Amino acid sequence: MSITVSDVSRRFGSTTALQPLSLEIKNGEMVGLLGPSGSGKTTLLRIIAGLEMPDSGSIHFGERDVTHVHVRKRRVGFVFQHYALFRHMSVFENVAFGLRARPAGERPSNAEIRDRVQHLLERVRLDTLAKRLPAQLSGGQQQRVALARALAVEPEVLLLDEPFGALDARVRLELRRWLRHLHEEFNFTSVFVTHDQEEALELSDRVVVMSNGKIEQIDTPQSLYRAPANRFVFSFLGETNRFGGEYHNGRLQQGEAWIALETSDSAADEVLLRPHELMLTTAPDARAHLPVTVDAVSPVGSDVRVELTAEWMDTPWLASITHHDFDRLQPQRGSDFYLIPSRYHRFAPDSA
Amino acid sequence: MKRIGDGAATRAGLIGLAVILTTLFLVIPLAGIFYQALVEGMAPFWQNLTSAFTAEAIGLTLLIALMTVPINLLFGIFLAWLVTRFTFPGRRLLQTLIDIPFAVSPVVAGLLYLLLYGRTGWLGSILSEHDIQLMFAWPGMVLVTVFVTCPFVARELIPLMQAQGSAEEEAGVTLGAGGWTLFRRITLPNIRWALVYGVILTNARAIGEFGAVSVVSGSIRGETINLPLQVELLYQDYNTVGAFTSAALLAALAIVTLVIKAVLEWHTHRREKTA
Repeated sequence: MSITVSDVSRRFGSTTALQPLSLEIKNGEMVGLLGPSGSGKTTLLRIIAGLEMPDSGSIHFGERDVTHVHVRKRRVGFVFQHYALFRHMSVFENVAFGLRARPAGERPSNAEIRDRVQHLLERVRLDTLAKRLPAQLSGGQQQRVALARALAVEPEVLLLDEPFGALDARVRLELRRWLRHLHEEFNFTSVFVTHDQEEALELSDRVVVMSNGKIEQIDTPQSLYRAPANRFVFSFLGETNRFGGEYHNGRLQQGEAWIALETSDSAADEVLLRPHELMLTTAPDARAHLPVTVDAVSPVGSDVRVELTAEWMDTPWLASITHHDFDRLQPQRGSDFYLIPSRYHRFAPDSA
Repeated sequence: MKRIGDGAATRAGLIGLAVILTTLFLVIPLAGIFYQALVEGMAPFWQNLTSAFTAEAIGLTLLIALMTVPINLLFGIFLAWLVTRFTFPGRRLLQTLIDIPFAVSPVVAGLLYLLLYGRTGWLGSILSEHDIQLMFAWPGMVLVTVFVTCPFVARELIPLMQAQGSAEEEAGVTLGAGGWTLFRRITLPNIRWALVYGVILTNARAIGEFGAVSVVSGSIRGETINLPLQVELLYQDYNTVGAFTSAALLAALAIVTLVIKAVLEWHTHRREKTA
């Protein structure tokens, strides 16, 4: 089931939650709505679900105009941020709720409900906990109940609001993979909201980056990361170091520090650099003269993260170097180095 | 480390004081009621208890409670639902207005109703043209009791429903549940203990209400005398045993109410612990 959002806008009192925006989600696609809090991503998700009404615009599921269709009749699966499990019902009854709530004519028989719920619980590996109450489950288990409950009504659209936000890192990673599997197996169209860029990039076929109630960019994770449309998308998708200065004679200069810039734009006043695009060296070269002092070193993970300070920076920089370079250079707190950027990024000044 | 004031002497002193005060102000008067009722033996006690007037008073008291509780149960749920599930201009004002019956003296409430619904009152004059008399009759007593007890259920529900939020109901709607199913299967089970608690409080107050009821009752013996009014009436007739018999009946009802309340509190506490 494809989802078409056309010119949808929404205001709450005097604040604009969504500026008129349009979005096309293909059948079977998994799309992440990514943005900081207050960017309107949850409002958009709730409008797609029918839990909020848009002030203008329309929502189509396939050919069907659902703008004025009540949430009850939209047949979407919705997974709430804090799961919103029915606290007084067992896991089994939670999952069975959607089937039992159907009008008498469409309601499956008790035996059929039992079979279907049992099957779903097996799929989410909770069949042994069917009699428990939600409060007796861990966060990850509650999340799986919430998913099973949403899937029980066989929705063609699955909407998830910050699905993994409240879970610890390991459970989150496991559930992410598992959700991806489920998505491919059941072949529904999924839209999820997240403020975690890693989550959005890993799970989604396409990511919708939002800020201030508008869409900044819609793209696949790869092109989003490689070719961010503007400064906001770039800085939201990863850690960013900023170099601000004045441009003359092919160099962007700030005090004693400079970066060679290939541009004819004399108004250039800043470049952005990713931590992994910085090399730590013992001497400057023709590309840049960036003297820095090591402030902290964190050799955890596949790279070594080095925090750097210098007088010409507004905020400390972060460089990630290989363990090989780390062993060779032995950076320690207080030691001095030069940075050489392998790449830099410039964005038009008018973009946020 | 000792906490401030945690000496053996201080503790014993405070506990002793609490015991003395409780005995003085609660236990002795309560025991006194039953003592006074039985001071002339079982026979007069029984005679008063089974008299026609007492039976009438019990009947009226129960009638008022039976009508008040369901009315305020529905009203309380409706009000709590409105205030916690919707935002509208005047919501806060409404939340404050709910407390008016608590803030106003019951006698004042009774007078207001008398003014409004009495034979010469604004609404009462219209009603009396249709031969409907509310004041100095049991419907008026029900009316003021409903007014006096209307905050109890709502006051129990509002904080709870606010804390629980509407996420579970939203989840229910996305799963296709209609309004009644939502209420019956999600909202009601989540608020049921608070509801029972509110009903108990409403019931206790409806049975024991004196001030407002006495203004609108007109004291027609055998017709508009409920148990609290009967206590006063008999006492002024110098029928001490009779007055205390009715009082003992009320006290017994209060004790039963307290026991039910304690059991419920214990039950909720246990549920919260396991949850």
